[in-house]
Amino acid sequence: MSDDSGAVVVRDLVKRYPKRDVNAVDGLTFSVEPGEIFGLLGPNGAGKTTTVGVLTTRVRPTAGEVYLAGVDVRRNPVAARAVLAVVPQGSNLDRSLTPRQNLIFHAAYHGVPRAERRARARDLLDQFGLADRADDKVNWYSGGMAQRLMIARALMHEPRVLFLDEPTTGLDPQVRRFVWDRVLQMRERGVTIVLTTHDMDEAATLCDRVGIVDHGRLLALDTPAALIKELAGVQNGHGTLEDVFLRLTGREMR
Amino acid sequence: MTTADALSSAEAADVTADALSSAEAAKHVSGLPVGAATAARAFRAILWRDIYVTGKEFWVLLIQVAVTPLFMLFIFAKVLGTMSIISPRYGHLLLPGIVALSTFLAALQSVALPLVMEFGFTKEIEDRLLAPLPTALVAVEKLVVATMRGMVSATIMYPVGALVIGSAPWRPEGLALMAGMLILGAWTGGAVGMTIGTFVPPNRINIMFGLIIVPIMFTGAVQYPWPSLDQLRWFQVVTAANPLTYCSEGVRAAVVPDVPHIPVGLSALALTGFALVFSTIGVIGFRRRAVS
Repeated sequence: MSDDSGAVVVRDLVKRYPKRDVNAVDGLTFSVEPGEIFGLLGPNGAGKTTTVGVLTTRVRPTAGEVYLAGVDVRRNPVAARAVLAVVPQGSNLDRSLTPRQNLIFHAAYHGVPRAERRARARDLLDQFGLADRADDKVNWYSGGMAQRLMIARALMHEPRVLFLDEPTTGLDPQVRRFVWDRVLQMRERGVTIVLTTHDMDEAATLCDRVGIVDHGRLLALDTPAALIKELAGVQNGHGTLEDVFLRLTGREMR
Repeated sequence: MTTADALSSAEAADVTADALSSAEAAKHVSGLPVGAATAARAFRAILWRDIYVTGKEFWVLLIQVAVTPLFMLFIFAKVLGTMSIISPRYGHLLLPGIVALSTFLAALQSVALPLVMEFGFTKEIEDRLLAPLPTALVAVEKLVVATMRGMVSATIMYPVGALVIGSAPWRPEGLALMAGMLILGAWTGGAVGMTIGTFVPPNRINIMFGLIIVPIMFTGAVQYPWPSLDQLRWFQVVTAANPLTYCSEGVRAAVVPDVPHIPVGLSALALTGFALVFSTIGVIGFRRRAVS
């Protein structure tokens, strides 16, 4: 295929889990340009997590094509893992290791040479304000510290595509701002970022483009400003992304 | 522990990890690192992580491997022997079985419960599942570590067991056979553990330990030579289905060959068969949990 050169390319993606009547992802198509921050928005159960699961090699697609930095994820998940990193919503830090060791071992898994991984760990712990607590037990970390450490860990092997799953849910405003600043910095360095969020303010602030999904299908895809202009349905010109979201996905709770 | 101590231990871990992977690490480039060299490097790194954590939490392994078998040895050989309820020579029959048991169980326990926890609750394994190597190799790495932990257990149990009963059978010419049977037994124990850890639902794991581990302990020819069960045919058939039986019989053949035992070739063949079957099932279960 010649059009698989975007940082993320998803084409006609379908995922149906065993013993389910409906597709969790139902013909999703979108692409993300290198260095772009792309937001995937949708109600709970819309198919966001499954889509990210396919992109990060943890969910096997039923049909469709998925490429990351030109790597066919279905055919070569091992190569895909070398170019991606994931920051999950809940902590999956290695509790048997210290925070510093979490970073160093992660880099070792990805083949970063020793001197480099130690230097990167030092720099990232410093940047993320964790240098003083780098050798604590992971269990002693607050939610905000764990989140910062997971983002730092994701950056240890210099991924080309970074997936952030609701990166600021449950965090205080200080940490939320800190995470936003780091995400914007990563974009400046050329990292492509795909984030899922329920925080419309976050999506509007960070994302270059936003895709709104529901029932496994893409309902709209554009810049936040264009979506608000075209779809908010508010006459006075003060619509928000939340207006767009509710208009497209309805007000019924799932 | 001071920060400096912690830092130096982290660095020590890192240095050794690097010693394991330096040749491959030198090949790292900023482009797409793919292929066998990348996978081999990732395999060594996750292997080193498990070895490092095992060393850091060695007391956990000691408790896992030593408590149950040592109590069994103490009661059956020492207490009952002192009371003249059983022959004083029974200890020499029991010790090889106990070494086989602790090796098998150490390997099983180092995989089963940790996998249930890591897949079901802590999600700690995810970082390793996203390392650039095939998922099946992450499972194989778990079996390698289980085998190593099983062998550490055997190395501890033999002399400690000898101290408990006051003497031990010793036959240097049987050492290679004993090591071979224990390695096979440990691998099989790890594979059984992986099968349990990936197929049993997390909320049922406590019940399954009672239903699986206790029967394994008592139907594995640990406390009796298998050929002597010919008066209790049905039980002999039941024990033949337990892979531990062949490990116990193999170790006994190596250490106390005068005690009736299953022919060594047959034990090795059966244990290899069990290892292959449970490794296949375990790796399939692991992949099912890792990739949905």
